[in-house]
Amino acid sequence: MGSITLKNVSKTFGEAKVIPSIDLEINNGEFVVFVGPSGCGKSTLLRLIAGLEDVSGGHIMIDGKDVTDAAPAERGLAMVFQSYALYPHMSVRKNIAFPLKMAKMDQAQIDKKVGDAARILNLTDYLERRPGQLSGGQRQRVAIGRAIVREPSAFLFDEPLSNLDAALRGTMRLEISDLHHQLKTTMIYVTHDQIEAMTMADKIVVLNRGNIEQVGSPLELYKTPRNLFVAGFIGSPKMNFLEGEYAKSKGAKTAGVRPEHIGLSKDSGLWSGTVTVAEHLGADTFLHLDVDGIGPITARAGGEFGASYGDKVFLTPDDSKLHRFDDKGLAIKA
Amino acid sequence: MARKVTTGARIGWTIAAWVVALLIFFPILYALITSFKTEQEAIAGFSLIPSGTFENYITVEEQRDYFTPFMNSVILSVGSTILALIVALPAAWAMAFAPTKRTKDILMWMLSTKMMPSVAVLLPIFIIFRNLGLLDTRIGLTVMLMLINLPIVVWMLYTYFREIPGEILEAARMDGAGIWQEIVYVLAPMGVPGIASTLLLNVILAWNEAFWTIQLTTTNAAPLTAFIASFSSPQGLFWAKLSAASTMAIAPILILGWFSQKQLVRGLTFGAVK
Amino acid sequence: MATQNTKTLARVMMAPSVILLLIWMIVPLAMTLYYSFQNYNLLTPMNVSFAGFFNYQYFYTDPAFFQSIWNTLVLVLGVLAITVIGGIAIALLIDQPIFGQGIVRILVISPFFVMPPVAALIWKNMIMHPGYGVLADLAQFFGAQPIDWFAQYPLLSVIIIVAWQWLPFATLILLTALQSLDGEQKEAAEMDGANAVQRFIHLTLPHLSRAITVVILIQTIFLLGVYAEILVTTNGGPGYASTNLTFLIYRTARLGYDVGGGAAGGIIAVVLANIVAFFLMRAVGKNLDK
Ligand SMILES: Nc1ncnc2c1ncn2[C@@H]1O[C@H](COP(=O)(O)OP(=O)(O)OP(=O)(O)O)[C@@H](O)[C@H]1O
Ligand SMILES: [Mg+2]
Repeated sequence: MGSITLKNVSKTFGEAKVIPSIDLEINNGEFVVFVGPSGCGKSTLLRLIAGLEDVSGGHIMIDGKDVTDAAPAERGLAMVFQSYALYPHMSVRKNIAFPLKMAKMDQAQIDKKVGDAARILNLTDYLERRPGQLSGGQRQRVAIGRAIVREPSAFLFDEPLSNLDAALRGTMRLEISDLHHQLKTTMIYVTHDQIEAMTMADKIVVLNRGNIEQVGSPLELYKTPRNLFVAGFIGSPKMNFLEGEYAKSKGAKTAGVRPEHIGLSKDSGLWSGTVTVAEHLGADTFLHLDVDGIGPITARAGGEFGASYGDKVFLTPDDSKLHRFDDKGLAIKA
Repeated sequence: MARKVTTGARIGWTIAAWVVALLIFFPILYALITSFKTEQEAIAGFSLIPSGTFENYITVEEQRDYFTPFMNSVILSVGSTILALIVALPAAWAMAFAPTKRTKDILMWMLSTKMMPSVAVLLPIFIIFRNLGLLDTRIGLTVMLMLINLPIVVWMLYTYFREIPGEILEAARMDGAGIWQEIVYVLAPMGVPGIASTLLLNVILAWNEAFWTIQLTTTNAAPLTAFIASFSSPQGLFWAKLSAASTMAIAPILILGWFSQKQLVRGLTFGAVK
Repeated sequence: MATQNTKTLARVMMAPSVILLLIWMIVPLAMTLYYSFQNYNLLTPMNVSFAGFFNYQYFYTDPAFFQSIWNTLVLVLGVLAITVIGGIAIALLIDQPIFGQGIVRILVISPFFVMPPVAALIWKNMIMHPGYGVLADLAQFFGAQPIDWFAQYPLLSVIIIVAWQWLPFATLILLTALQSLDGEQKEAAEMDGANAVQRFIHLTLPHLSRAITVVILIQTIFLLGVYAEILVTTNGGPGYASTNLTFLIYRTARLGYDVGGGAAGGIIAVVLANIVAFFLMRAVGKNLDK
């Protein structure tokens, strides 16, 4: 089991109100991702759930039980830290066994569990090594191993992949998703990486300055962002925000058009613009354009679309995929 | 740094460096050599070749009872360091891993106590010691040395502990370790190098402390510093014996010192130079 | 990682150190301050009376006081000059690609581990002794008149001994700082066409400035308290020629049994040390913020 409920949770550090008040419901078995800009309180929220920080107000419930005042170890959660936080003086085996040893489990059982975890994580050959003798990805797996042997009711990850290179991040992302499917345990995952959030989450929680901006599945957030902040934060490259005449004509203060929802052509279209930068990624080309009467716009073209600096290009936004926002920045329902 | 250096230049630098090094080391070397001379040889003019007698070492031990001050030095330096460590360890832990707004101020204040000139409190300490019957006792001096080195011990431990990432201790907490298990299984093993360095440097400092040890002892608790200082008024021929006593007094700590170069820098600059 | 529990625990764990140091700091200092306003001589312990500022006046008008302040100043500055300049030179030398660098280092730092009475006695008897010292032998070899160091140049002799003890410290710290100078920086400067002297002035010296500051400040703290070296060599003499403030207070208090006078001197020493400490704390405190 592993349902987690936050009621009115707030946190202040001295004078600074980092989290004003948060209500959140996390269901058993869900993969929940916290995203938000740096410093918005993602780690703080995670650490509050873990019990590494005291809440300043409100309650935290795990499986219906109030754990607001419980010590970290009593909450039955496991955490994987950004720096891995492996014990450098212990072998991989001892690292993974440590929580079991603390729980006073008998040795035979410990050995079995460590062996199982090592098999799942492909660490069997490295059990006698020290963390210092492992690669970044292997260290990450040891940290995960140490978390899974405890059979926690939920896993907490704080940017676990941010120290890895791009390729390894891709692999580990799949491994963690895979692990979630195998274990079916609740996971809370902090990241500021778009792709991690979109690909792994059942549910994304978008945070901004300690407030929840929106909660929903990745596609919900992508298709129906509740406000400008979410619209700008989810999706890469960022949504284009247009104000002025065009927005007014659509009955909005601000109109939002995703780069992938703009049709491009060399000879005709609604707008015309000049290419300022063309990023050729192979499959896609991202064009940064200066559009006449509108301003800078980013648009996605196919990889074959040949355009380079200074070229004249015509653009047509897909009206059916248009996002409209009122003067408070809130989305206007169609 | 892969710089090309000609062998010639290298030999030149090497000779210069060795000459300087030997000049600086010479007084120690000469004391060592003299300790193996007879008293007549010792005053017979410059010579680097002793006759190789061990007589001085034997005489120093028999006539002046070298063993007592030596043991006093060992007991005082090791005892005061361990005592300081026991008091300082929890404090350093707290400051490194549960810092508050005042932690920095407390650290600075501790350091400032180290800057109080000893001589300024000589009289009160002397009078307190006299009234408590602590003059010339090992226990009194041990406490004294503990107090004057405590700020350095706290500081050194703190700078070492600060390098242990807090996340590791948090991980241990998540893993179900209580405060003692956290200290025994995680902090202590990771802190061992730092603790050992601290121990080493402070034994050296306590061994060589030559103000309080001379002021507060006469015979019973006098360590080597006071013992050697009592040689300052010579009676008869004593160059070689003095050298023997000196050699024995500095040899153990000199060798320890050679192993503590890094800790020395760190400990005595309070982490300002690493 | 600051939950209420850990904070409370932290306070409890800090308490022993803080309380011990607080007592150690306050009690004797308060007593010194109190004594400094009393007529109190250990030879006549029954006659204790309030002295007002008499002790300070007495200390202040004693010609030995100004001499000792002067001597303290000369001693501290002399040793600092020798150790800092010598330390830089030797550190640069050792930092060159030499054979046996490890052993050279060990030889150079050794004097630091020699306890002060031993250092002073070796120099007094085996190096500087006018009859049997190595320097006298050397002078005779060249047909010169041996110098009676402690009679003719008592303060200089003490300075030499103390400088010998602290030169290793300065060298070691400066060498450590020197070796942390980025090799790439040096190479970049070389690429920019800077010659050795320019590199030293524009790159090495600024890099060392922090270490030099630390050396000066820390040594000053210790040098203000030089005691054993004077005790076993000149005993402060001839006259007051090699008496520093520490030694004068010791003389007044322990040899003159004058508690009041010694205490007044002690308070003066505290004030002087605090001036130095103020600067040291600022230098070290800055480092803490990083
Ligand atoms: N112990 C603390 N004391 C005071 N302020 C803190 C403390 N920890 C965090 N903060 C502040 O709380 C805010 C949120 O920090 P938090 O670490 O939760 O951000 P984050 O969303 O995890 O950012 P990042 O993506 O950079 O990791 C920041 O403004 C930070 O400065
Ligand atoms: Mg964070």
